[in-house]
Amino acid sequence: MDNILYNVQRQGKISFYHGEEASIVGSAAALGPNDEVLGQYREMGVLVWRGCSIDELMAQCLSTERDAGKGRQMPVHFGAPRFHFHTISSPLATQLPQAAGVAYAIKRDPARRGVDCVACYFGEGGWDSGKGPGYGIDTIRVDGNDALAVFSAVTEARRRAVAESKPVLVEAMTYRVGHHSTSDDNNPLHRMRKFLELQGWWSLEEEDSLKASQKKAVLTAFQKAEKDLKPSLTGLFTDVYSDEDTPWNLVEQRKELRDLLKKYGDAWEPYRTERAKFKGHGNDL
Amino acid sequence: MSTPPPADGDLPGLATSALLRNTRESALKTPGIRWDEADVMSSIDTRKMNMFQSIRDAMSTTLSEDDTAVIFGEDVAFGGVFRCTMGLAEEFGKERVFNTPLTEQGIAGFGIGLAAMGQTAIAEMQFADYIWPAFDQIVNEAAKMRYRSGGQYSAGRLTIRAPSMTVGHGALYHSQSPEGFFMGAAGLKIVVPRGPIQAKGLLLASIRDPNPVIFFEPKILYRSSVEHVPIPSYTLPLSSAEILKPGSDLTILTWGTPLYTMSAGARIELIDLRTILPWDRETVVQSVKKTGRLVIVHEAGKIGGVGSEIASVVTEECFLRLEAPVRRVCGWDAPVPLIYEKFYVPDAVRILDAIVSTLHYLIPSQEFGVVHV
Repeated sequence: MDNILYNVQRQGKISFYHGEEASIVGSAAALGPNDEVLGQYREMGVLVWRGCSIDELMAQCLSTERDAGKGRQMPVHFGAPRFHFHTISSPLATQLPQAAGVAYAIKRDPARRGVDCVACYFGEGGWDSGKGPGYGIDTIRVDGNDALAVFSAVTEARRRAVAESKPVLVEAMTYRVGHHSTSDDNNPLHRMRKFLELQGWWSLEEEDSLKASQKKAVLTAFQKAEKDLKPSLTGLFTDVYSDEDTPWNLVEQRKELRDLLKKYGDAWEPYRTERAKFKGHGNDL
Repeated sequence: MSTPPPADGDLPGLATSALLRNTRESALKTPGIRWDEADVMSSIDTRKMNMFQSIRDAMSTTLSEDDTAVIFGEDVAFGGVFRCTMGLAEEFGKERVFNTPLTEQGIAGFGIGLAAMGQTAIAEMQFADYIWPAFDQIVNEAAKMRYRSGGQYSAGRLTIRAPSMTVGHGALYHSQSPEGFFMGAAGLKIVVPRGPIQAKGLLLASIRDPNPVIFFEPKILYRSSVEHVPIPSYTLPLSSAEILKPGSDLTILTWGTPLYTMSAGARIELIDLRTILPWDRETVVQSVKKTGRLVIVHEAGKIGGVGSEIASVVTEECFLRLEAPVRRVCGWDAPVPLIYEKFYVPDAVRILDAIVSTLHYLIPSQEFGVVHV
C-alpha cells in the first residue's frame, strides 16, 4: 500500500505520504485493541493492524464520499473512533499534551483504568532526543527498523503505563526508507522477512504470492476510490459548530453559495466542472 | 478523481497578469520606489525573478549590509521549503543562516531576544498556519515590548516571514490567512506583498522598520509571479496602499493572491492595501468618497477578518458618500477544506457578483422616486 500511495503521490494525484513500517506495526502489535492512539501522520500501519479496510484508507487518501473525515483534510490524516484512532492534525506534536489528557481520562474511568493506555506517536522534531530521563520519564531506546525489538519494548512500556499509571518514552531509532531501496539490509521489511524465513515460517513463494495479492487488492481499492464522487458540498459548512447549533453567518453563507451555484453553476466553467465531482452536484446545499 | 492542480496553482492568468512588470522600463517606474543609492537611476539593471528569488535577494542585501543580521527558522539552512533562503547559509555562513528546532514559539522568542539586543532578526515560520504557537510571543512580547519598557527596549528589529493564503490543495493547515488575528496587536505591523518587485522593496522596508513586522507571503506567488526586479537595493513604503487602476464607480480593496482574480473592468478602482496594520486609511477613504462603493476581498473568513475593521472605518468616514453598503467577499467562516477549496476562496464569479449587486444597489428612497440630496 505504501508503494502504491507513494507512486500516486508522485503522479500528483494525492498530496503526500510517509511510512515507517517496523516502528508503527511493531508497536501496534504490542498495544491492546482499545488503547487510544494519537498519531503524527505516519501511523496508517496501526489502522491496518486493527483491521481498518483498504477501501476506508483509500477513501481518505482520495477524499471520496466514503471518507469519514468528509474530504476536508490532506491525505493520510486519518481518524476512526471505532479503532480508537484520533484524527490527525498537520501541526507537529500538538497531540502530545492532548495525549496526557486522554491518559488522565482513562485513569478517571473505572472501566478503563488499569486496562487501557494511550499511545502517542511523534517525531524527533516534536521532542529533542534524549530528554525523557530529564523529565523523570522511564525511557527506552530501541532499533526502530527492527519490528520485534519495537514490539518487545512497547510491550514492556505498555505494561508499566497500565500497571503503574505513568508515562513511558520509547525512542524508536529509525529513518524513512526510500521505497526503491529494496536492497538495503536495514530495510525493516527485509529484516522481518529474513527472520521469518530463518525460522522456517515463511518462504519466497509465500512472500511473492502475498505481495501480488496485496498489490492487486490495493490497486482495486484505488481504482474504485478514484471513480467515487467527492462528499456533498454541504460538508463545506457542517461540523464547524455542532450541527444543531449552526450560527447565522454559516447559514447565510451556505445559502449564498447555493444561490451562486444556481446563478452561475452551469454558465461559469470552473463551477460547472468542479460541482460535477461532488455527490449531489451542489444541489443539496 | 480530480486532475492534479497545475504547478502554478489555480490562477491561470497569473503569469500574464498586467499587474506584473515585465520590462526594465516598467519595473523602474514602480510607484513609491526609493533607491538606497540616490544616483543609480541611469545605470540600474533588472533581473527576471520570481517572488522567492526576490525575497532571497532582499535578505541577501540585508546580510551584506548589516553585520548584525541573522536568518533562522525550520529548514532555512537548507533553503527553506519554498527556497527563499537558498544558498544563503553557504554564502554568509551558518552562524548567520541557521535551522531552529520545530518550535514557532521558540523561533519568535529567539528573534525578540536578538532584536532587544539591537540586532537584526529575520525569522521564518514555515507556514503561516503554524504561527499560532508563536502568538503569545508576538502579541504579548514583540508588540508590547517598547510600550512596557517605557521605550527602553523594543523588538523593532524583528521581522517574521510566513507563507500564507491558499494554493488549491493545502487544506486546513497549509492555506490560512491569519492577518486578521493580529489586527488588535498594537505595536505590530503586518505586510503582504503581491509579487517580486513589491516583495523585495516591502521586505527591505519591513526589516529596516523600527517596529516588529509580520511579512505574510502569498505562497502561490512564490513561483508563478515573475517580474523584472531591480538589482540595487530599494524600499517601498509601509502603511501605503497602492491604487493599481483608477476608476470612478466602485472601489475594490484587497491584498495578495485575490488581486490576480480581478478582471480589468472599466470604472473599477483597484487598490492593493499592501500593509494591513497600520493600514492606509487615507487612500481607501479618499477612493470610496470618490466612487461611493466599496467591495473588500480577502481569503480569510468574514467574521473577525480585516474587512470588518475596514468596513466599519469606511462607514464612519464615508457614510454620506456611500451609494451602497460596503460589501465583503471572503472565505466562508469555516476552516479551509481540502476538496472544497474552489468553492471556498473568493473567486472571480463571486467577486463579479458582488460588484454587480453593489453597482445595482438602490437606496430605498431612490426606488420610490424621491429626489435624493
